[in-house]
Amino acid sequence: MEWDWAFVIEILPTLIEGVKITILATLLGSALAAILGLGLAILRRSKNPLMAKPVGFLADFIRGTPLLVQLYFIFYVLPDAGITLSPLVAGVIGLGLHYATYTAEVYRGGIDNVARGQWEAARACNLSAFQTWTRIILPQALPPMIPALANYFIAMFKETPLLSAITVLELMNQARSIANFNYRYIEPITLVGAFFLVISLVSVIALRWLERRYGRIEER
Amino acid sequence: MGQWAGYLQLILEGALVTIKLTLMGSVLALIMAFIAGLGRISRLRLVRALATAYIEFFRGTSIFVQLFWAYFVLPLLGFSLTPLQAGVLALGLNVGAYGAEVVRGAIKSIGKEQYEACIALNFNRWQSLRHIILPQAFVLMLPTFGNNAIELLKASAVVSLISLSDMTFQAQVVRAQTGSTLMPFLTILVLYFLMSSVISFSIRNLERYLTRGLDGVRS
Repeated sequence: MEWDWAFVIEILPTLIEGVKITILATLLGSALAAILGLGLAILRRSKNPLMAKPVGFLADFIRGTPLLVQLYFIFYVLPDAGITLSPLVAGVIGLGLHYATYTAEVYRGGIDNVARGQWEAARACNLSAFQTWTRIILPQALPPMIPALANYFIAMFKETPLLSAITVLELMNQARSIANFNYRYIEPITLVGAFFLVISLVSVIALRWLERRYGRIEER
Repeated sequence: MGQWAGYLQLILEGALVTIKLTLMGSVLALIMAFIAGLGRISRLRLVRALATAYIEFFRGTSIFVQLFWAYFVLPLLGFSLTPLQAGVLALGLNVGAYGAEVVRGAIKSIGKEQYEACIALNFNRWQSLRHIILPQAFVLMLPTFGNNAIELLKASAVVSLISLSDMTFQAQVVRAQTGSTLMPFLTILVLYFLMSSVISFSIRNLERYLTRGLDGVRS
């Protein structure tokens, strides 16, 4: 079978529709993972073992099981409990929740890297727990984490094709429906691969820049 | 209850396929990781370029796309693969690319004095790698290899989409036959978690076994 440029041009608009959804899902999923991850990290540090232990187990469980199965779970099981989600919302929640368990570890590392004296100084200044977190700890802990967080968001981007399994019309799903309809697999699947490769190579350059700007987390 | 036993057996058959896929994929990934990782530090520029291209390609494109490419596009180019072969190939090559960076990082992290000692003992490059560098570097690679193996196990769920009857595929079959969703999906989530726990447990033990008697020697 030969590579057909006319066919490529014909299918390109449909693929670009898919690209939009892929990018939207990545952005929303990243935002959710960034917020949920911070919550998980803080809860896991809780002094109350009844809080820290179950949260820790839940995070380990989510990290130890496949994203695809979690997506199925959210998409097929929750409606039985009366919660019906649109495919995209279910996909974003799945991505966000799965990667939150990874970003939580990044947050944990960053928070542990803040010197003990900072905590003691905050206590000496009579700051409340909330003030300590928002004014003292997080502003110091966050910048060095940025490259590591970005790394996981790129990883998440590469997992968005899984959303096609729960009928989200993102890039991979568009490519598959084109392939099944025309019975030509070479162009659509290769184009999807090329698209991911290009974005990944660009994001590697962006990541290098972030690392120079904010420093690697392990070097501090 | 007897009905569930039948469905559970179906899922356990899928679990066997998942385990087989994970083991075979891990072996391929380990081989590729060492070939590409050592290729990255080769003295020949061509070998370095080839290894870099392999690593960047497989880390840059999604595992999902690679699997579909192996299953749907390779046959058109004349290589027909069964779903299992396509799955092992895609998983092994993908995770191998991640492992290659681990191999390279671990070898680079061995102190300079070790290399100097090798020169002092008149070892050639292969001898110093085989007898001095790799035994020390391998222990450093183990924890990350364990994480990679868990990633491979999790990625193996994707093969259900190319109609390979692994655990996820069987859960979908059970869902289609019974209409029940909670039972099949919760069962396989627990099974996947058990499998990943076994991997991290055995890697930790292997690491302890390999570093026995080295307390205080290793930095």
